[in-house]
Amino acid sequence: MDITFDHVSYTYQPNTPFEHRALDDLSFTIQSGSFVAVIGHTGSGKSTLIQHLNGLLQPTEGQVQVGPYTMKAGEKNKQLMKLRENVGVVFQYPEHQLFEETVEKDIGFGPQNFGVGQDEIKRRTKEAVQAVKLPEELLERSPFDLSGGQMRRVAISGVLAMDPEVLVLDEPTAGLDPNGRKEIMDMFYHLHQEKGLTTVLVTHSMEDALAYADHIIIMNQGKVYREGTPLEIFKQQQALEDVQLDVPEVVSFLKMARDYGLDLEYEGQTIAELAKEIALKVKGGGDHE
Amino acid sequence: MSSSLIIGQYIPSDSVIHRLDPRSKIAVIFFYVVIVFFANSVMSYGVLALFALSSAVLSKVPFSYIMKGLKPVWFLVIFTFLLHLFVTREGEVAFSLFGWAVYEEGLIQGAAISLRFFLLILVTSLLTLTTTPIEITDAIEELLGPLKKVKFPVHELALMMSISLRFIPTLMQETEKISKAQASRGVDFRTGAFKDRVKAVVPLLVPLFVSAFKRAEELAMAMEARGYQGGEGRTKLRELKLERRDWLLFAVFILLAAVLFLTRS
Ligand SMILES: Nc1ncnc2c1ncn2[C@@H]1O[C@H](COP(=O)(O)OP(=O)(O)O)[C@@H](O)[C@H]1O
Ligand SMILES: [Mg+2]
Repeated sequence: MDITFDHVSYTYQPNTPFEHRALDDLSFTIQSGSFVAVIGHTGSGKSTLIQHLNGLLQPTEGQVQVGPYTMKAGEKNKQLMKLRENVGVVFQYPEHQLFEETVEKDIGFGPQNFGVGQDEIKRRTKEAVQAVKLPEELLERSPFDLSGGQMRRVAISGVLAMDPEVLVLDEPTAGLDPNGRKEIMDMFYHLHQEKGLTTVLVTHSMEDALAYADHIIIMNQGKVYREGTPLEIFKQQQALEDVQLDVPEVVSFLKMARDYGLDLEYEGQTIAELAKEIALKVKGGGDHE
Repeated sequence: MSSSLIIGQYIPSDSVIHRLDPRSKIAVIFFYVVIVFFANSVMSYGVLALFALSSAVLSKVPFSYIMKGLKPVWFLVIFTFLLHLFVTREGEVAFSLFGWAVYEEGLIQGAAISLRFFLLILVTSLLTLTTTPIEITDAIEELLGPLKKVKFPVHELALMMSISLRFIPTLMQETEKISKAQASRGVDFRTGAFKDRVKAVVPLLVPLFVSAFKRAEELAMAMEARGYQGGEGRTKLRELKLERRDWLLFAVFILLAAVLFLTRS
């Protein structure tokens, strides 16, 4: 599903002393089937932005279009349920939303609300726990007896079982150990490709953005600060530093290499490709000995 | 934590009203509530209203915001007024409405009672708008201090109060977060039959309780780890002290009470 923001603004608690304009005139388009990373400082409005994707928040100005669904400032959308069935959102620390007696029931909770049949729920539950690598024995256990990492996987399965076309992830790996992080991100990427999802990932990790995204939106103070492919974005190291954002390791390494006189441009190389390139240059330089 | 959430609706500012000792504010409001019930003439209501309104102005809280905060009680005020209007059957008939006679006495009583009600709510909400929850608990602990002599657990009570107040915004945030998460999984909190709506509360309440208990446990552990053992011999970081402005407030208030009792009819 194509997603379009058209001059969207959102103000929290309007007309009070606490009034806060969290989104300020956002316009951008996310192509159906793309993997988009939304990056920005804490408080830059990322979470506010993604809550517009399934109608949890309604723009105070402008219009959001998600596939066939429109949310326009001041107009009630009558198809919120349909929209929410199609847009799965994994919130920050999603394990806080678990409540059922068993893991199986909790995973089936979403699909059940959307009127999916029992057999289909069973099938999807099985598929979802396999996707997140959760042992099937756990299905009968209480979600509150599990470890933190397992609870996170259960919560993610609960969203996957809704079988959404758009998957929205708000820092889905926050608080996990590095191994768990990579596993979960790889899993999302695999699903993204296998099911042809449109994925929107909010992240602090430039490495993740570089590794998985094909489009990056940088947010700053409620506005789109930069937008483009990872290559376009990470070439602008200075612009990123201006808003206190890092660049991926590869890019900052290249900068250091330039300081040592190695003239290399960032063109989306991986670490391995870069190593080869450098080896070539260094050897080439050593030839005339 | 985001300061943008309404924290017991306290609005930071440095107005005179904000800087008053919380004990003075609580004491004066307490007595104000008492004397409101003695007012019975236009003049006595006038001075009471003057006092409340000038405090509101001095507090520098935007008037529109105060009024918005009073929104839920407007209904009650109007309801009380109408009740008196239609039920009181004393004095002359003032006019009739849809064939129902409205008596003069009803008009007067209706107006008086709703004004009383309005003033009470205005001054008490001024307290919470200009005083942080922590100040309020400190003040209550001090004011109830004498009860310690009869083994009343004043300190524990104040601690319970301040902890609850501290966690209200957290709990509100959590509630919002979890209800959004569940709404994303297809829970509909807004429409549907009553039975369905009650059922929709379970996915909200269970996670809230779980996290509240977890928080309580962590807090208890952190307090013990830092050697907390109750009120005995505990000193305070902020000592409350009466200033000139507090004495001024008392003077104004005594003047108000005197005028009120002199102008009673
Ligand atoms: N429920 C809320 N009420 C008031 N202000 C909020 C609320 N949620 C977020 N904000 C404010 O909006 C801004 C953007 O927040 P958010 O979208 O959560 O940013 P991010 O996810 O990028 O950290 C912040 O300044 C935050 O304090
Ligand atoms: Mg966020």
